Amino acid sequence: MKILVCITHVPDTTSKIQFTANNTKFDTAGVQFIIGPYDDYALARAVELRDQTGGTLTAINVGEVETEPTLRKSLAIGADDAIRVNSFPKDSFFVAKQIAHYAKEGGYDLILMGRESIDFNGGMVHGMVGELLGMPSFSPVMKLEVEGTTVKMAREIEGGKEMLEAKLPLIAGCQEPIAEWKIPNMRGIMSARTKPLKVVEPVTDETQAAASSYQLPPAKGSVKLIDKDNVAELVKLLKNEAKVL
Amino acid sequence: MSILVYIEHAEGKVKKTSLEAVSFANKLAAQTGEGDVIAVALGTVDSAELASVGKAGAAKVLHADDSRLTDGVIQAHASAVAQAFTAIGTKTLVLAKSSLGDAVAARLAIKLNAGLVSNVVELPNTSNGYVVKRSIYTGKAFAETTITTDNKILAVKKNAVDLKTDGGDAIVEKLSVNLSDSDFASKIITTERATGEILLPEADIVVSGGRGLKGPENWGMIEDLAKTLGAATGCSKPVSDIGWRPHHEHVGQTGVKVAPTLYVAVGISGAIQHLAGVNSSKCIVVINKDPEAPFFKAADYGIVGDAFEVIPKLTEALKAEL
Repeated sequence: MKILVCITHVPDTTSKIQFTANNTKFDTAGVQFIIGPYDDYALARAVELRDQTGGTLTAINVGEVETEPTLRKSLAIGADDAIRVNSFPKDSFFVAKQIAHYAKEGGYDLILMGRESIDFNGGMVHGMVGELLGMPSFSPVMKLEVEGTTVKMAREIEGGKEMLEAKLPLIAGCQEPIAEWKIPNMRGIMSARTKPLKVVEPVTDETQAAASSYQLPPAKGSVKLIDKDNVAELVKLLKNEAKVL
Repeated sequence: MSILVYIEHAEGKVKKTSLEAVSFANKLAAQTGEGDVIAVALGTVDSAELASVGKAGAAKVLHADDSRLTDGVIQAHASAVAQAFTAIGTKTLVLAKSSLGDAVAARLAIKLNAGLVSNVVELPNTSNGYVVKRSIYTGKAFAETTITTDNKILAVKKNAVDLKTDGGDAIVEKLSVNLSDSDFASKIITTERATGEILLPEADIVVSGGRGLKGPENWGMIEDLAKTLGAATGCSKPVSDIGWRPHHEHVGQTGVKVAPTLYVAVGISGAIQHLAGVNSSKCIVVINKDPEAPFFKAADYGIVGDAFEVIPKLTEALKAEL
């Protein structure tokens, strides 16, 4: 089985979010970048499936040169080779077009990615790639088993889940608990240095809904503390001041 | 020209988040002069229930009454909504962000060659171009995005507009859609859904518990408080990781992102990953015995005290007041 896993290069979940250049650029100063947490689940499951069924696992990222350490980390965790589409990821449509092109070229049976990136939270790329390639797409997938060409999945819905069956090839946007995150070991880190990482150019420049400027939410006022022996006061405030009851 | 809204239903009821999407479209139509709002509903659901979507501002509901569409088969729903979009000759589709809505909207973006913006938090600015404000970085920031295509899809975040409730009944019309076997190539075998409960992603009030509650056996008081408030229950990541509560109750960066009017956090310290899931709440109440808990910095109201003492008292006080 040929598996493709899509990797985002995103700020660590504890990052302070700030913007620069008159609020038109994300401020990367002091920010640690990681593999998107949801992509990390997809990658971990992809490594398990590759090991179970044989075959290959390719990681792909749409990003400029600074995303390479993140892509190398996915090689250290277990991907066999990697593709970097050399461009800033301008919007979901742009990213989906690149991935669909290189996915088609590689003829993959299974394409996994996180349910959403944790920077833009769109959760659209899997569905777009699915439609572009004429493959079914599923998200958010919390369980995925492959038996021959049949894929059994659990997809999270509001307040529960649905169990699904579909045929390869397909695309899934993944989330916990699909697999346990894998931490690269020393052997993986060493071998990642020499595994192939191919840099390719974007196939189109087209966008549909790119971001032009950013804002931070207004600063939060300070908390109003209520004495623990006077909970009736809290009820009054919620009713009369906050008007949320 | 009309605006189309894709509405979802579960257990015979149209989802409240879908009604919010209809309300959003109603305001958008008034702003852009796009005319009336037409909703599209798929699968088996009562006509009277669909007519009531008019209260939120829909003039008409197109109903593809095909029982194969009652379950949310993603490909089939995308095909059906695309046909409704073309049939009424609209350029704008609005829907509520949800598990199914997100999956369907992404496919529709390609089918309809429509610029798609998700997590929309307010009505677009259409005075010069089509600028849509969306929540990003899990609620830690906003982006203004410009849609450059003629066709547009907006996936609206909860609480983007107030729910409209004063409209009349909508006209319900049958919609026939052409679906192929390939639309149903994937099969939903079973669906497990918590019944009779208020669903967390759609709740107006959420009560969440953390490790400070010491064990799953102590969730009774959280449930009592939630019941009194008409709230859904949630939990922090450690609580769902150790299995005290099911995964679908995990609120946070990698769990459910909620946007209720009131969020009550009990025994949750307020790690940045948890805050990311709740920072769109209108009002946050934190109850924690540690006065240094970082959650107090993000709260509107706080009580420093032992949950085991405070929560039963709070539930009683609420019962007396409500």
